Amino acid sequence: MSELDISKLPKGGKGFVHDFAADQTTFKGVPWGKAMMWIFLLSDTFIFSCFLISLMTARASTTAEWPYPSEVFGLTMFGVEVPLLLIAIMTFVLITSSGTMALAVKYGYERNRKMCAWLILATAIGGLTFVGMQAFEWSKLIFHDGIRPWSNPFGAAQFGSFFFMITGFHGTHVSIGVIFLFIFARKTFRGDFDTGRRGHFTSMKSDYKAIEILGLYWHFVDLVWVFIFAFFYLW
Amino acid sequence: MEQNNKKVATTTHSIGIYLWIWGLLFVFSTCSYLVDWYEFQGLLRWSLIIFFMLIKAGLIMSIFMHLYWERWAIVNVLLWPMTAIIVFVGIMTAESQYTFFTRALFFVMGG
Repeated sequence: MSELDISKLPKGGKGFVHDFAADQTTFKGVPWGKAMMWIFLLSDTFIFSCFLISLMTARASTTAEWPYPSEVFGLTMFGVEVPLLLIAIMTFVLITSSGTMALAVKYGYERNRKMCAWLILATAIGGLTFVGMQAFEWSKLIFHDGIRPWSNPFGAAQFGSFFFMITGFHGTHVSIGVIFLFIFARKTFRGDFDTGRRGHFTSMKSDYKAIEILGLYWHFVDLVWVFIFAFFYLW
Repeated sequence: MEQNNKKVATTTHSIGIYLWIWGLLFVFSTCSYLVDWYEFQGLLRWSLIIFFMLIKAGLIMSIFMHLYWERWAIVNVLLWPMTAIIVFVGIMTAESQYTFFTRALFFVMGG
């Protein structure tokens, strides 16, 4: 790897042919951890696609009226009905945490340990806020509105099962991300990526590339929310 | 170890581009929220939702996830499989229309 100079390789379509025809590694300049994370994210894309395509199929094939998400997820603030208020705030919180993560990756590569660690911590807190608001949303829908996976008072019975399945699966991804963000914030503060201290579970040395890989996962969680927001809440 | 790290590390980008994309994501999220706020309906609503969704997804993937700076080998490996999703959407659209038709027929005719 140390002999490889990416800037000297052909780019674009020629580079594509060159890389696939080369021996040893196909993905030049991509650490194996990053390639594996991308492949995992690709498989996760298919999982979420299957959920959203099932949603489309159920919604298009039911003869019952589909509940209008704008009203189901609306909140009354100071006597005014605001549609999708909580969902909009959740969207902005997640985008904010995605921004802090992008900056953490940048500062990581600049070997700015403190800034990187604080930004990862900020990202983790953003993610935690998101999960907290989702818990509030779920409890409101379950206890106040009486939405169940098998029935709901607003319309088509399938609505509940798709809501819990899709947002639940996404919320699980966010929660796992938050756990890893806290772990990596600690590791960064401690200077693991500068000293090459071995990981507790992997026993392997790591460096700031790990932050970029963690960042890929976190941006993906944000990316999935973009699609859920569009197809489940807005459509 | 130090030497090695420096060679492998991706070139960093100026902070400006991240802040710009961050701001744009806020703007486009607000736009897609306004689609609901103003209660646009029908084709206008659907096309606006998809438009803003694709712009946001593109910005996140290309800049935040650095795909814009990756080599074509990995970009192509990641993006081409997505076409399978579009094919699947097409198949299931046809399927759901057929299901809707048989259900409507059953509920009207009583089987």
